[in-house]
Parts: sequence; structure tokens; C-alpha cells
Amino acid sequence: MTGTTAKTARPSGRMPGLTVRVASGRLSGRLSPRAVATGLLLLALLLAASVAALMTGDYPATPADVVRTVLGEGPPGLELIVGRFRLPRLLVAIGVGAALGTAGAIFQSVSRNPLGSPEIIGFTTGAATGALLALLVFPSLALGAPTGAVLGGLVTAVAVYSLAFRRGMRGDRLVLVGIGVNAVLMAANSFLLSRASLQQAQDAQMWLIGSVSGRGWDEVGPLWIPLIVLLAATVALGRGTAAMEMGDEAATALGVPVERTRLALVACGVGLTATAVAAAGPIVFVALAAPQIARRVARRGAPPPMLSALTGALLTVVADLVGQRLFAPVQLPVGVATGAVGGLYLAWLLSREWRKGG
Amino acid sequence: MTGRTSAAVFAAPPADPSVHRAARASALAAGLLGAVVLLVALCALSLAVGARDLPLHTVWDALRADDGSEAAHIVRHLRLPRTLLAVLVGAGLGLAGALMQALTRNPLADPGLLGVEIGAAMAVVVAISLLGITQAWVYVWFALAGSAVASVVVYLLGASGRAVNPERMVLAGAAVSAALTACVAALLLLDGQAFDKYRFWVVGSLAGRELSLLWEVGPFIASGALIAFGLGRGLNALALGEETGKALGVPAGQVRVAGALAVTLLCGGATAIAGPIGFVGLAVPHMARLVTGPDNRWVLPYSAVLAALLIVAADVLGRIVAAPTEVEVGVVMAFLGAPVFIALCRRRRIAQL
Repeated sequence: MTGTTAKTARPSGRMPGLTVRVASGRLSGRLSPRAVATGLLLLALLLAASVAALMTGDYPATPADVVRTVLGEGPPGLELIVGRFRLPRLLVAIGVGAALGTAGAIFQSVSRNPLGSPEIIGFTTGAATGALLALLVFPSLALGAPTGAVLGGLVTAVAVYSLAFRRGMRGDRLVLVGIGVNAVLMAANSFLLSRASLQQAQDAQMWLIGSVSGRGWDEVGPLWIPLIVLLAATVALGRGTAAMEMGDEAATALGVPVERTRLALVACGVGLTATAVAAAGPIVFVALAAPQIARRVARRGAPPPMLSALTGALLTVVADLVGQRLFAPVQLPVGVATGAVGGLYLAWLLSREWRKGG
Repeated sequence: MTGRTSAAVFAAPPADPSVHRAARASALAAGLLGAVVLLVALCALSLAVGARDLPLHTVWDALRADDGSEAAHIVRHLRLPRTLLAVLVGAGLGLAGALMQALTRNPLADPGLLGVEIGAAMAVVVAISLLGITQAWVYVWFALAGSAVASVVVYLLGASGRAVNPERMVLAGAAVSAALTACVAALLLLDGQAFDKYRFWVVGSLAGRELSLLWEVGPFIASGALIAFGLGRGLNALALGEETGKALGVPAGQVRVAGALAVTLLCGGATAIAGPIGFVGLAVPHMARLVTGPDNRWVLPYSAVLAALLIVAADVLGRIVAAPTEVEVGVVMAFLGAPVFIALCRRRRIAQL
């Protein structure tokens, strides 16, 4: 399997960069200047995209208006529109993108495969199955699509992980087993859609594409609280992850409990995927593309989680903006934009990686 | 599995190899005949079982003459078409799977997993919904084009490295399927009627298909099958490697092109009839090789017959488990076939072809 093309360490001398340590020494990490610069650049782009997103809509506004409104001094009409509609939608888009980007980085690191992302190995499809079951088969339980999605994603993750586990975990086996499970779930999903009434099926299909339109403040909290907790957990696991990039044997020799760290990482990844799907439906390709873009921009061997989170947020906000603007007044959900762009990107990624990796 | 069988063949060479070969060939031919007999029996079952179970003698009477009874209508107009089409679709997908596995030397090749069927299905939906084409003999061309484009893309992406790697091609297939699914979803979002057609199409079903499909689409599958059966020897040479094949006088390039043409005809035809049905082409060639060993001259016909058996059985099973309604054959096959795929992946090293 191609995996990631790890750069060999520099032959000699101190690596440039900033070493960060917490007093106890339990948490430490190295921030390379390039990673810091990349992070700042992504943050600036994300801010710019956010301002553009807050400007967009039936009530146009200038960037200055938007900044003043967010600071609480804008014109009253705009304050209502931005405060009640555009800002929560933007926050949901950022949160979902960050969650998916991080989840993708985790799964791609664990499987050592640029295609080991949740939409290829079945977690996203499983979340969709859960949501469809909640909407179409058990509407009386009033679970709602989000709860169903979380349950479906978790059950699928446990199934894929335990089916792929055999005397330890191998990344390529995880991906292949995930593809098999994904195929079954796709069949189950199309079966469920064919049994529903047309109206129900269309509503469900709409949800399956993934959209952040119409999200309000009620959705922001349930997305951001688990997101912050899981991001913190992922960062805390970072040292073990870095060691595991060098191979299981090397990591074990460095005293990293490999299987336990991997399980904890996968748990974080599944949690992040489920949180994102619950908030916006299964948006495709963000988890796949964001880590690879972040890895290339930062020139790192493995997809870096935090930069992937920023890239994912940026991709989602831009995709939502494109969906709103491109065929205006027709509003396309964000999942359509990510799907179309993602397909092209994927073909490019495969042909490039594989020609190089042979 | 293939290794063990061939090792057993070579372990005890008889005094005269030609006698042994002849005995083995007649045993394999007898086995194939037995499978065909079993297929006929299953077809009879398929005619008898359903929302209204019919005794076999009633089925026989209804087949011999249309007496205008309800039973005759059920047998002649509902169950006979779907049974014959099940045989056709099954044989097509089984042959396509065996061909793809031999051509790409990839034990995980399957027209469903590698995205060829979803390509065909997408083209058919575009033809039916956006262009308003309803005759099967017209939209089958779209299915052929869709499956051809999808298989070329997957092959180029999956085999672009120096060595063809089985997992890599499955990944390419999964990626192309995901991209196509997303594009289809976007397309269908704008057109409610198209979505309504697509959601029934994409499940993979034989229910309510017209008998006319048999001569509208059947010739495509039949010509694909003829090409496939002619390739047995060439594929055997390919399995020995490009250089050896050349030394044996087999033009590898021509075998590949003819094989790709046959795969397109078989997959496109089968998908135009039933929609995408996964895993048949994956599991059946492995079962066939358990019986025949690695010789493609036998693997191909066995795959055709066994896959037809499997599809007819899955179709009957779908009618039994959910009686009085039914579960589509595509769903049944996914639930039967995925465990086989996962078991293959869990092996320490996937058997190389």
C-alpha cells in the first residue's frame, strides 16, 4: 500500500523550531516554523472566508458592516440577520469542517493510507444508515436523524474495527474491511430509500447529501462542546501518534502502548465523525481531502491533525459559500459542492500518488 | 487455495499425463453438467415460489400451454421472465468477475466493488430520466458506455504503478464509486422524478422486468460470453506473466483489449437489466477455482453457471425471507457476498493470481 511518503530526518544538527512543554513534561511537542506559518495562513484564509460568508445572502453587506456587526455595533437589520441566521450557520460549517478534517487525519494516520477516511471505510455510510432507520423505520421513537446518525456511526465503527482486528490491527486490512462493510450499508440504505414514500425519501436524500443551511444556535452547542473535548484528546495523544508514524515496532520500543493509543485515536475519530454527521449530515470528501492538503502545504509526512482541522473548516466554509453563490438563486447544499470538487481531487490524488509510489 | 489445488495436481503425476488430463477433463465436464442440472431445478423452484406458491405440476401445465388461468399468468408473465433474466444476469456478472480477476490478476476484482456497475447504472439513469429514453435496446448503449468509462478510469487509476496491486484497485474502485455517487446525488437533487426512478433502480432487482429484455439486451451479454469463452487459453498465458505469454505466442495486448470489451458487454448488459448487483463477480470465481483449479478454460464456464445458480437462489431467497413481499436480489447479494469479501481480506496474504 502506498501510505504516506515519510520524509527522512535531517542528517545532523538541531531541527529548527519551537519546543513546547507543559511544566510536568507530560505534554510536549515541536512546532516547526513551517507548521506555525501554515497554521497562521490557514487561519487568515478562514477568517476571510468567514467574513465573505457573513456578507452573502439576500441582504448584502460590506466587510466593514460585517466586522462591526460581529463586534456588536452594526446596523440593526443586519445585526438580526447575521446574529440569528448567518453566524450560527457559519459556526456550524466551521465546526463540522474541523471535526471532519481531524477525523480524516486520524484515520489516515492509523491506516497509513490516504484513502483511509471515514467516507470510504463505512463510518459515514453507517451514520447515514442510522439516520435513515431513525427517520423511516422507527419514526415513532422520535430519535431524529442526528441521534440515529451517532448510533449508526458508532455501531459501524465497532463492527469494522473488530472485523479487521486479527492479531493486531493493520491499516490496509482496516480499509479493505471498511470497504466491504460500506458496500453492505450502501445496499441497506438504497433498500430503505426504495421502501419509503417519495416525499420521505426525498427528505432523507436531502439530509444524506449534507447541508448546513437553516442551522441555528440550538445546533452550535451540541457540535462545539464535543468537538473541543475531542480535539483536546487528539492533541494529548499526539506524542504517541508521532511515534507510531515510525512504525509499530519503533513506537513500542519508545514505550508507546501501540494498540491502546490506536484504539483511543480511533475512538476520537469516530466521535468527531459522528458529531459532524449529526450536525450537518454526511458531507463527503472533507475528511478525505483536508488532511492531504494540510500535509502537502505543511510538507509533513503524516497528516497533522490541527492543520487538517483548519483546512477542513476552510474547505467547508468555502464549499458552502460556493453552493450559495454559484447558481444563485438556486441554493445547493454544501455536500454537492464538496462532492463535485472532491471527485476531481480524488482522481488527481490517486494518479499522482500511485505514479510516484509505484 | 489455487496453489493447493495445483500442487495436488502436480504432486502425483500418473504414468501417462495425457490419460490423467483426459480423466480430469471428463470429471470437470461432468461437474459442469451437474451444476447445469441443479440450475434447472432451481429455476423450477423460482417458477413455483413467491407471493403465491404453486405446485410443480401446475407450473409445468402453465408452461406447456396458456390456459388463461391465474396460475398461468403468474408463471408465464411474472416468474418466467425474472427467472430467465436471473440466469442471464448471473452468468454475465460471474463471467465478468472471472475475467476481471484474470485480466488484472486481482483476487478482489468485482464489477460492483470496482465501480463498473455504478458507472453503468448512472448512465442508464441519465438516459431514462434526463433524456427520456425508455426502450431497453437504446439505454443499454448508455449502460455499455458507462461501464466502459468507469472500468477504464478505475483500471488507469488502480494499475498506474509499476506493479499491479490488488488492494490499490479496490481503493480506486471505492473512490470512483464514492465520487459517482456524490455526482448522482447532486443530479437527482434537482429532479424529483429522476430520483424516484433511480432509487428503485440502484437497489438491483429483477422484479417486474419484461421478457422483451431477453432479446433486447441478451445479445450483448451473449456476445460478451462468447468472447470470454474464447479467451481461456490467452488468460492462462497472462497468468504466467507477460514475458512467458509472449514466448507462448499469446499477444497480451490483444487478450487485454478483447477481455475489456467482454467485461463491458457483460457488465453493461447485466446492469441494464437488473441495476447494480455487487459481490457476485467477486465470490463466484473463487468458488469455481476451488473446483477447477487455476485453468481459466474451466474457471470461466464454471463461473457463468455457478453465478447464475447464485443469482437465481438469491432471488428466490429474497422472495422467501420477506414473504408475502420481497427483498431485492441486490440487497440479498450484498448481505451474502460481503462476508466472503471480508473473509478474503482477513487472510494474512491475499492469494495472488
